[in-house]
Amino acid sequence: MTGKTLYDKLWDSHLVTQREDGTALIYIDRQLIHEVTSPQAFEGLRLAGRRPWRADANFATPDHNIPTTREERRQGLEGIRDPISRIQVTTLDENCREFGIFELDMNDERQGIVHVVGPEQGATLPGMTIVCGDSHTSTHGALGALAHGIGTSEVEHVMATQCLMQTKMKNMLIRVDGRLNPGVTAKDIVLAIIGEIGTAGGTGYTIEFGGEAIRSLSIEGRMTVCNMAIEAGARAGLIAVDQTTLDYIKGRPFAPKGEMWEKACTAWREMVSDDTAQFDRVVVIDAAEIIPQVTWGTSPEMVAPITGEIPDPEQQSSPSRRDNMRQALKYMGLTPGMKITDIKLDCIFIGSCTNSRIEDLRAAAAVVKGHKVASTIEMALVVPGSGLVKKQAEAEGLDKIFIEAGLEWREPGCSMCLAMNADQLGAGKHCASTSNRNFEGRQGFGGRTHLVSPAMAAAAAINGHFVDVRDMLLTLDR
Amino acid sequence: MRKFTKESGLVMPLDRSNVDTDFIIPKQFLKSIKRSGFGVNLFDEHRYMDKGEPGRDNSQRPLNTDFVLNQPRYKGASVLLARENFGCGSSREHAPWALDDYGFRIILAPSYADIFFNNCFKNGILPIVLDKEIIDRLFAKVEAQEGFSLTADLEAQQIELSDGERIPFNVDAFRKDCLINGLDDIGLTLQDADKIKAFEQNWRNTSPWYFGVQG
Repeated sequence: MTGKTLYDKLWDSHLVTQREDGTALIYIDRQLIHEVTSPQAFEGLRLAGRRPWRADANFATPDHNIPTTREERRQGLEGIRDPISRIQVTTLDENCREFGIFELDMNDERQGIVHVVGPEQGATLPGMTIVCGDSHTSTHGALGALAHGIGTSEVEHVMATQCLMQTKMKNMLIRVDGRLNPGVTAKDIVLAIIGEIGTAGGTGYTIEFGGEAIRSLSIEGRMTVCNMAIEAGARAGLIAVDQTTLDYIKGRPFAPKGEMWEKACTAWREMVSDDTAQFDRVVVIDAAEIIPQVTWGTSPEMVAPITGEIPDPEQQSSPSRRDNMRQALKYMGLTPGMKITDIKLDCIFIGSCTNSRIEDLRAAAAVVKGHKVASTIEMALVVPGSGLVKKQAEAEGLDKIFIEAGLEWREPGCSMCLAMNADQLGAGKHCASTSNRNFEGRQGFGGRTHLVSPAMAAAAAINGHFVDVRDMLLTLDR
Repeated sequence: MRKFTKESGLVMPLDRSNVDTDFIIPKQFLKSIKRSGFGVNLFDEHRYMDKGEPGRDNSQRPLNTDFVLNQPRYKGASVLLARENFGCGSSREHAPWALDDYGFRIILAPSYADIFFNNCFKNGILPIVLDKEIIDRLFAKVEAQEGFSLTADLEAQQIELSDGERIPFNVDAFRKDCLINGLDDIGLTLQDADKIKAFEQNWRNTSPWYFGVQG
């Protein structure tokens, strides 16, 4: 008999009802909420005279509009200079109060990027279904939860009914076999995967990431991989539960305790694909062949190894791909044949729901320690993913390492990943960024984003251009 | 929700694949707590020469006359002809809100990003998937013939061109029903409230750890 994939198990266990045409109602265990995609949903509830189906399934924190300088944060809501942003944040506070929803507001020490805070608080648990009005909800799949981004109409639908209307996706397995080389990280794995299958490669699928290299990653590394499943077109990414998962969750505020913890663990150990499970598509990647990755274009699939060059659009056989590459290179101000290591940077951004956790900050700090940021770098930001990440980093002295090297140590938020707050990349400026999207204008009007790992961003900060962080790490070892 | 049965309109081509949601509506406009008013900032970074800000008078801004939306022949278009992976990127429903607010009712593309595709149906916009060859042919026709219009008949699941050609398309039966009848998703789901309650009670018994609060 054919076994079930992890996705099949999560789907089946949450299936409330299915219509003849395949449309199903899936029960949702957790909805994460932030200030940008929720106001219209709350307003919809109010206009229809509805209350949340289960208020305690919801968990909110503001992140997109939150300022990140200490001076602004000290002033609380008043510190949000843009009145439109401030209204959005206060609207979240008011809505959470009115509808009885748990919120870590901007002055709470535990506030941060919703995809960092959820797992950190244990609000993300294996075997759960999780939604959020944010495409990077795929992050939570790292803990064996079925998690995906939804639009605002669906946010309102989940608030009102505790269900999501869905049709089942297909199953894809991406197996990363073997071991990573030193200096190569989770970010490089996922960028290499997107380079391989393309930004639409996962459309219509739920992607399970497996193989030795994935199993060897910490939960934080796994979150980095699942975070960017959406950049490969998949609404949800998944990683099977193992001891690493359980160890991570144990003792977190929202996690079960005592006898219930033991029972939950027994159930969670089943959150793996059966050996006999069949996938609709399997992609196999050799971890040993992955080297640090840098995006050169305006789509995450436009990526090259640090040892590589900017490709030539004229050598592309597909006309649409050729046009896209031409447009991208024009926007990025780069020329075919140029070495990736010759790309000069103006700005460094270490942060975002992809790479702002403590291990990311440790990796970046290890590279910059004892060095100075290159004089040509105009701005270098380190933005921790949550107040608790910040506190931990400060306890370890990482803040001092960054500040001594010439980087700015900021307060938690989404910051320059999407630049909805005051942290913006200038027009024409090149930024080495640990975030997830290099779309035109993403980090600021006219800004030019290069996606990299935290260690690679740190190495670029010191050198003023991209370098192979593996060379720097060799020097450090000596 | 607004019904969609049969609509006709002028076609505007957007000859670019992987058009992302930042392209459709840049992030600064997401600060609004409303659902409407995004149309003037649709494709903002490509439509204007300068950087837009919410609340600004857009009529005073310099236009990028090269951008297709600003070409007089496409004024009043309600059908958007697009390329692969249209709407990729974020989950922002502001993208279909902006398209709708501008006046687009129909999108034609070889493929879409999942979240965007789904969001369109929630807002009475019909995103149609057509083979790449047909899309290529439509791009050629739009280019060749000024004023090129078409009709999308959802009931019959076909596109009608002025020369009499009929192009059939597929659409999910449930979504079709919702669009044609303008059904409210929440009201529809609440018809199954008893099933949801029964599921929830059972789930609470078998997996109580999902119902705990901060401990």
